[in-house]
Amino acid sequence: MALLDVRDLTTHFSTDDGVVRAVDGVSFSVEKGKTLAIVGESGSGKSVTCLTIMGLNTGRVQTTGQAMFDGTDLITLPKRELREYRGKRISMIFQDPMTSLNPVHTIGRQLREAVMLHEGATKAQANSRALEMLRAVRIPRADARLDDFPHQFSGGMRQRVMIAMALINNPDLLIADEPTTALDVTTQAQILRLMNELQRDFGSAIILITHDLGVVAETADDVLVMYAAKPAEQGACEDVFYRPHHPYTWGLMRSLPHLTPVGSELKPIPGTPPSLLNPPSGCRFHVRCPYAMDVCRTVEPALEPASGDSRHLAACHLEEHVKQREAELIVTEMMADSA
Amino acid sequence: MIRYIIRRLLWAIVLFLAVTIVTYVIFYLIPVDPARLAAGRNPTPQEVKNVAHYLGTDHPIWYQYGLFLKRLVIDHSLGYSFANRQSVNSTIFAAAPVTISLVLGGALLWMTIALPVGVYSALHPRSRTDRFAMASVLVGISAHPVWIGLMLSYIFGFRLELFPIQGYCNLKGSIAGQSCGGPADWFYHMILPWIAFAVLYAAFYVRMIRANVMETLNEDYVRTARAKGAPEQRVMIQHVMRNAMLPVVTMLGMDIAIALGGAVLIESVFGLPGLGKLTITGISTFDLPIIVGTVVFASIMVIVFNLIVDILYAWIDPRIRLA
Repeated sequence: MALLDVRDLTTHFSTDDGVVRAVDGVSFSVEKGKTLAIVGESGSGKSVTCLTIMGLNTGRVQTTGQAMFDGTDLITLPKRELREYRGKRISMIFQDPMTSLNPVHTIGRQLREAVMLHEGATKAQANSRALEMLRAVRIPRADARLDDFPHQFSGGMRQRVMIAMALINNPDLLIADEPTTALDVTTQAQILRLMNELQRDFGSAIILITHDLGVVAETADDVLVMYAAKPAEQGACEDVFYRPHHPYTWGLMRSLPHLTPVGSELKPIPGTPPSLLNPPSGCRFHVRCPYAMDVCRTVEPALEPASGDSRHLAACHLEEHVKQREAELIVTEMMADSA
Repeated sequence: MIRYIIRRLLWAIVLFLAVTIVTYVIFYLIPVDPARLAAGRNPTPQEVKNVAHYLGTDHPIWYQYGLFLKRLVIDHSLGYSFANRQSVNSTIFAAAPVTISLVLGGALLWMTIALPVGVYSALHPRSRTDRFAMASVLVGISAHPVWIGLMLSYIFGFRLELFPIQGYCNLKGSIAGQSCGGPADWFYHMILPWIAFAVLYAAFYVRMIRANVMETLNEDYVRTARAKGAPEQRVMIQHVMRNAMLPVVTMLGMDIAIALGGAVLIESVFGLPGLGKLTITGISTFDLPIIVGTVVFASIMVIVFNLIVDILYAWIDPRIRLA
């Protein structure tokens, strides 16, 4: 049985302008010790999906669907009981390490708090646990830095502290919401490698939210591609990468920057993501899709099995042979680039 | 830390000189001769001259200012009133406790109101209570303190006879010329002034605390605390309040300091013999030593409270280091 099984999750926010459907029917599951990557542009609903699972949305929010975690539905769980899961069995790392730590408390105090909220540990016990974790995330001179404040750490170091704090109670699931977006490229690689190693050591499952397909290819077992609050394509990593079945996935792959410099240009997906207040009719991607047909403008495509594998799903009206042709074309392009 | 305090003290001296020089210059721009006023009714020119010599106002302004500085530094004296020849030091020391009572009591009152109301409003924006609080804030800011004072003293003092209409009683027991004294009388006489004084500030602070708390609630580290599994109460106390209160501490220090210079309006309405009333009397009788004395006291208050706020700030916000 999957560790986390999310079924038909919807999250709607009531605002002064109307209802924003931030997540609109998302299903996925995460196995123990595996990594699921959720990919998509800003505003596609990746973060809200995870915040919904954690019950961390603020504002006037309406949630439906299920999120079965180890046999318990987190969506209907009372706040008090959900708190037992947060930070203990499911933890979360956020995008911006510069603002995710409380500026007026020491690192040590914030790490200790994570332990003491869930275990009847003494301050000394919590402290040694904090020290152990700081060493695990390779903070130099960890014992001397427990009494330092967040502003005395660099961005990369702060993200290491956040990871230490997230893993301090040995959670079953770690949700990492764009953990490397705010960091520079070399630090990004270090943090990702660290997360991989810690996953191996601690055996946590990871949901990695990102818009970087390169990161996905390196770390994920499964991929969920989201577009405008809905899943566009999902499946095992190799299926989605080698047999991509959705024009949006193709666009994401084509827009990856390459290291072959001369004459090569970035090929962005034209247009911008639609407003979730008033999403387009039919397929939400049709406005930006170079393959759009008449049917795309009126009929919303269902999420259907692609390429014969029942776990590989895509929501697109295109004929199967067109998809296969395009997929092969893109994969050869990418191969040629990396060769 | 030592270097910081030394630098602050040097600044304080510069500020002090600037403030007193400006006071002297402004005073001598007023076309009034204090000696003529002090010399009694229909004085002869010779009498005016004698009085001027006696008061020291026949010297040029820079000489008078130098004399003032010399007296202050060497004798620790602010001189003697032009009007009644009493020591300015003792006049100010008599008036200061009145103003301090009013301001500190008022500050305590307005914070006791503003803190819970502001936090509640921030946690329940657009709720009935929040809307009612915001409407009251608007009234509190719009209503003039003098009007509030007069209404309070008319309704609760004159009509209902619950509180004294005006006057002050010494906290430490009665002094000469006063019929009342002691903590109970003091408190009884201060209730209406405190309320009248606190209304405006309470309104401002409710709004400020509400805005700060709402802003802090949206901070990423608050979400981090919730993601750690912290109960809401702990999130509020440990993570929201301390950060949200940082700007409030600064404002509170400055507001108290400025008000200690003399809460002129409230003191006038309730007939409290504080520094505000002293300043008004000093100005209306062209009593330079009294005016300078109150200015000196006010600037010392501002300097001292600034220092307190800075040290407090460095203590609650680790990002700030005194250097």
